[in-house]
Amino acid sequence: MTTAPAPILIVGGSLYGERTADLLIQDGAIAAISAEGESLEAPAGAEVIDAAGCVILPGLVDLHTHLREPGGEEAETVDTGTRAAARGGFTAVHAMANTTPVADTAGVVEQVLRRGEEAGHCDVRPIGAVTVGLGGERMAELDAMAGSRARVRVFSDDGKCVHDPVLMRRALEYVKSFDGVIAQHAQDPRLTEGAQMHEGAVSAQLGLAGWPAVAEESIIARDVLLAEHVGSRLHVCHLSTAGSVEIVRWAKQRGVDVTCEVTPHHLMLTDELVRGYDATYKVNPPLRTAADVEAVRAGLADGTIDIVATDHAPHPRDAKDREWDQAAMGMTGLETALPVVQRTMVETGRLSWRDVARVLSEAPSRIARDTTQGRPLAVGEAANVLVWDPRPVAAVDPAAHASRSTNTPFRGRELPGRNLLTLLRGRPTVRDGLVLDRSGAPVPGERGPLPAAEED
Amino acid sequence: MNDAAHTTAVLGSDEIRRALTRIAHEILEGGHGADDLVLLGIPHRGVPLADRLAATILEAEGRPADRLRDLAGSLDITLHRDDLRRSPTRQPAPTVIPPGGVDGRTVVLVDDVLYSGRTIRAALDALSGIGRPAAVRLAVLVDRGHRELPIRADHVGKNLPTSRSERVQVRLRETDGVDEVTIARGTEGSTRA
Amino acid sequence: MKHFISIADLSRAEAESVLATSEQMAATQSRSIRKLPTLVGTTVVNLFMEDSTRTRISFEAAAKRLSADVINFSAKGSSLSKGESLKDTALTLQAMGADAVVVRSSSSGAAHLLAHSGWIDQPIVNAGDGTHEHPTQAMLDAFTLRRHLGGRTGTAGLDGLHVVIVGDILHSRVARSNVLLLSLLGARVTLVAPPALLPVASGDWPCEVSYDLDAALAQGPDAVMMLRVQRERMIGGGFFPTEGEYARRYGLSEDRAARLPDHALVLHPGPMNRGFEIAGSVADGPRSVIVEQVANGVSVRMAVLYHLLASNAREDAS
Repeated sequence: MTTAPAPILIVGGSLYGERTADLLIQDGAIAAISAEGESLEAPAGAEVIDAAGCVILPGLVDLHTHLREPGGEEAETVDTGTRAAARGGFTAVHAMANTTPVADTAGVVEQVLRRGEEAGHCDVRPIGAVTVGLGGERMAELDAMAGSRARVRVFSDDGKCVHDPVLMRRALEYVKSFDGVIAQHAQDPRLTEGAQMHEGAVSAQLGLAGWPAVAEESIIARDVLLAEHVGSRLHVCHLSTAGSVEIVRWAKQRGVDVTCEVTPHHLMLTDELVRGYDATYKVNPPLRTAADVEAVRAGLADGTIDIVATDHAPHPRDAKDREWDQAAMGMTGLETALPVVQRTMVETGRLSWRDVARVLSEAPSRIARDTTQGRPLAVGEAANVLVWDPRPVAAVDPAAHASRSTNTPFRGRELPGRNLLTLLRGRPTVRDGLVLDRSGAPVPGERGPLPAAEED
Repeated sequence: MNDAAHTTAVLGSDEIRRALTRIAHEILEGGHGADDLVLLGIPHRGVPLADRLAATILEAEGRPADRLRDLAGSLDITLHRDDLRRSPTRQPAPTVIPPGGVDGRTVVLVDDVLYSGRTIRAALDALSGIGRPAAVRLAVLVDRGHRELPIRADHVGKNLPTSRSERVQVRLRETDGVDEVTIARGTEGSTRA
Repeated sequence: MKHFISIADLSRAEAESVLATSEQMAATQSRSIRKLPTLVGTTVVNLFMEDSTRTRISFEAAAKRLSADVINFSAKGSSLSKGESLKDTALTLQAMGADAVVVRSSSSGAAHLLAHSGWIDQPIVNAGDGTHEHPTQAMLDAFTLRRHLGGRTGTAGLDGLHVVIVGDILHSRVARSNVLLLSLLGARVTLVAPPALLPVASGDWPCEVSYDLDAALAQGPDAVMMLRVQRERMIGGGFFPTEGEYARRYGLSEDRAARLPDHALVLHPGPMNRGFEIAGSVADGPRSVIVEQVANGVSVRMAVLYHLLASNAREDAS
């Protein structure tokens, strides 16, 4: 396919933030790791990377990305979305099914897989829709998607809840035959008709229709009981409330096979930000209260919450420059995920870097039954590696992002960390924060909205 | 602004009292009895001046002092000013017209200082929305010159030649706790209109 | 004051200042010539993205009595009904040289967005945004209360008065603005509604909350403000079972009105559902100041326009 890249020797980085080691990358794999207190010789022609002060992690894996292609190319494409992922330190993203057309057939998921392979910035694993057209009425051909070249194991109607309890039960049962998982967007549709933001003191003052915590919690409670009843795997998307954490904790204690995720924005931001009616902060599920933020941090720290997933949801500017109730829901997240996790969880002592590897790489791959990503940093493993410098702090500037969209809620916030090097099977996809193409040259232009002429 | 070295007293309490007494008699000598008269002070310091003139007139005519509100009132000009957008928001003050109204009577507008004449123009404008007096006269405590409009006072307490850079300050018992008129040398144009 | 968006932006001194100006504006409205030259040469745009003839006419009368030029830009038959965004509309108004924009929208936060988006840098007056606020309505309600009951307070505010607000608090921008303004001015406010028509966190508001109208009236309030029940929203939403049941528990009947203290006022922002939330005889009765509220609306809106436009604040800011 491509010529084998030169060997790379990563010198002096901290493996999982635990011990200093040199890593030799050769032929797409981790060829050697130095023992405690020792170092490695650079082979002839090897490139040497000084990683002193950096943390070496397995390449990050996002179980919840909206790449918007096909159908939403004004907001993002597979190419720009995976560039953003690479810039964030990801080597694999799982692409949600709510595209146009919906990824509810083998044909669409294979197209998304192929576009990811062409882009080459990270692996793209398509997620299949649970119901035809996300309609919530008829189950899609899950087995066909599972058996396609995309080997789909995660199914989700994300953006919409699989609300019908019988349909949810059947889907949970159906995916057992190929060890799949239903990733549920937990939102009772009747309790959230017209909902605009978290229902509480702020929504009462702002006069915005409330999205009550119970609309999420009641669905999670129902689903964990269903999963227990039929002995299936359940994954809960973007859990956002203190009550949801309690329900999942209770279910896990009962032995229910449930996993769940929290987004970076729910780890940091609260509904107080809505006071300025800036739709940048409009997201589904909505930003919750400070007590909820504390609860999801605690849940992530004690393992109740299994993973961090971005719910990267790019939107064109016109979809956000509107009255709050007319604006689109969603935030970009791939390029700020690890900085937010570092700030909220690592710097507060609640997670070690080893834990970060678990919640942002190993566990998401395990949930998705992807045995090629989220692997240990060990000799012989494919070299999906992130060299992360946790020291620099910079204000988030959406203009510098690789995503085609700029709807980040972290604009202007000082966040830590820099992507020094990301390797996808040994090939650098990011160096010094710049996304590289297959030849190793920086991607031209990096990013930027399409010129106006091309937008029609 | 009130640096004592640059401030000169022009009128004291006695002089102000004498000036007002003279003006009150001039108004009566104009042939008007209290029944034909309405004295309208322009806020803020024109209002107590109008009240004092009215009290003097009542006394001179031998009428009871509690008839004051039949004779004197106030005319706020804020909403008729032509310079509103040149200053911070001005709070409009009450306009109080004696129960008999102004129609067919002689209205004497009363203000502390006559300067550009713009205040009086605004007052005439405001008055036209209230009624149709038989005649309008103007009484001021101080006329400092520099008119920008064809307006003159019928009754003047004191003519005070000034330069534009000087600042004339009227203080009254009712509003400032003391009766005096001072003139201060300023570096910028006086703010008195 | 650069904008007039939310009562929450006002200090008590500012609120009292606007009320005092309203008083002077009202005085001019009883004169033989009601038109004032105050805002001659300025242009006020009424941007009404949600139909509201009453409020629009009130603002239009207020602007015209201050000699401002008025441009009405309403949803019907304009580019707004063709899907033009608020942003494009704002850019258009900015280019046309409007001096102030009075905006009514069904979207909570629309006025705030207009004021702070950078699309337009003129003063924005909130004429009602979704279920958020209707600050000029609250000002006219406070003004009406003060005119009748000011003698009882002995202050420039509403200190010590007790006002009961009844009805659909959840969806009421009038209630939100009134809770903030009446409490800011020192009044005690009691909200009365069926529980489903109160926001979940209204317990945090500077007021008391009750589900029992008769108990609230038994406290002898100085005024009762009835809110319009938006029937279309109510029944479908399941907020209460029937109009009859609502009227029995929360309607201001003749019998209930008769139990009020002699001096107590009855207010309603209109339009009324006679015979539902308020008996027709109460709406037309001696306590009712409903028609006066409409007249006072013009005076208060004149005062708001005056405070925003008749100063150098904008020149200083730019």
